[in-house]
Amino acid sequence: MIDFLMPSMGADMESGRVAEWLVKPGDAVHKGDIIAVVETQKGAIDVEIFEEGTVAELRAKEGDTVPVGGVLAIIQAAGEPQAVAAPPASTPAPVPAPAPIPSPASLPPAPVEPVAPPAQSGRVKVSPAARRLAAELGIDPEQLTGTGVDGAVSFADVELARASGARPAPPKPVAGGAPIHRGGFDLAGMRLAIAAAMSRSKREIPHYYLSTTVDMAASLAWLATYNETRPPDERMLPAVLMMKATALALRKMPQLNGFWQGDSFHPGKGVHIGWAISLRGGGLVAPAIHDVDAISLPDLMAKLRDLVARARSGGLRSSELMDPTVTITSLGERGADSVIGVIYPPQVAILGFGRISERPWVVDGQVVARPLAELSLAADHRASDGHAGGLLLSAIEQLLQEPETL
Amino acid sequence: MTDTEIRKIALEILSGIAPEADLSLLAEDDELREVLDLDSMDFLNFIAALHNATGAAIPEMDYRKLFTLKGVVAYLTKA
Repeated sequence: MIDFLMPSMGADMESGRVAEWLVKPGDAVHKGDIIAVVETQKGAIDVEIFEEGTVAELRAKEGDTVPVGGVLAIIQAAGEPQAVAAPPASTPAPVPAPAPIPSPASLPPAPVEPVAPPAQSGRVKVSPAARRLAAELGIDPEQLTGTGVDGAVSFADVELARASGARPAPPKPVAGGAPIHRGGFDLAGMRLAIAAAMSRSKREIPHYYLSTTVDMAASLAWLATYNETRPPDERMLPAVLMMKATALALRKMPQLNGFWQGDSFHPGKGVHIGWAISLRGGGLVAPAIHDVDAISLPDLMAKLRDLVARARSGGLRSSELMDPTVTITSLGERGADSVIGVIYPPQVAILGFGRISERPWVVDGQVVARPLAELSLAADHRASDGHAGGLLLSAIEQLLQEPETL
Repeated sequence: MTDTEIRKIALEILSGIAPEADLSLLAEDDELREVLDLDSMDFLNFIAALHNATGAAIPEMDYRKLFTLKGVVAYLTKA
């Protein structure tokens, strides 16, 4: 039996509230399945399991607040002999067996058949405005027919439902009573979490800072050509070129990709880039896109778009919060010329991309106008020195001169 | 499509991107990205949604014509 524990979804997290279980005892679980929704200071997070097996017991109840490391559920791992307390064969509930194993309870071996995934909470698309109005009216937006963009349930759909007398949905049986804050987050709670993490960072991490100016002409020209022949939903932003270049460069400089824990550096098992996303209303999260060095640019754009949408609507996953090996912050066109970040512990580096603006540059002895961006690195001096940091910035800069290789 | 239909669609899309904004206060000449605090991803999503709703191509070099509500309506009624 395996204890499934409350994961730590950030340096500052102490506990989480179990908002909703998406599985019940007897359900099969697979690596990467989302099995619960947990409320944290960063909003509602979809918690994934990375074991294969069957749910034996849900130890924490909906509404319970569980500390990081506390037991949420007990999982019977695939391949373990069935415990004597297993449900009898006559139960109609699907008890998908792993490879049939003779058991003391003498159950007939169940056929190994494809198992339906655990019930997901509705993934019907609902626009944030619609969700807010629906919550105010007590209507369940996921029951409505969507006529908005991509078939999403829109504000107008909810208004129409109210006008035609839709009754409030029966209250979800959530012990503890508090609704899941999908589409919203507890701003005060999030600010406390950010305060704790940033204060700890500045107390404990000896930061060093480097910066360089990057000529973005080649990258922007390549991007313009790429985007010219494509419809808007296939176009890419400069952000994905910056991310991919950073990921490839980090493969060459592993001492800047990983964690400082217990007095030593632990390299990340992959390059999982935390992308800083500012939330409307004042929050900030930096969830990971995994293995950025191995993803094509179009796939990276699709993942980024999806990640930003889920960050804003409260659908981030636990692995996205736990796994970043490095963070990139980019304030965008209306942000500052340069941004020098604060490292998010236990990571050892944060890269900052300032806005791209036309400025004088020198090429072959002549002054020309070029689109330039300030690229900065803040890094943990315990894990690396300026020389390594400089090589990293140089590698990123070089890769951005050859966008066709990204 | 008529001006009115395009305005309605544009405002519907913007209400999804900036749900906390009071769009009834939006003036015709307001710089959408400034007033609604849209970043480049938000703006691209806005363009994509307009394209999907109206079928207009909207190449990148035309983006600057769609920075205001007035601009959006003018551009898409022509398309």
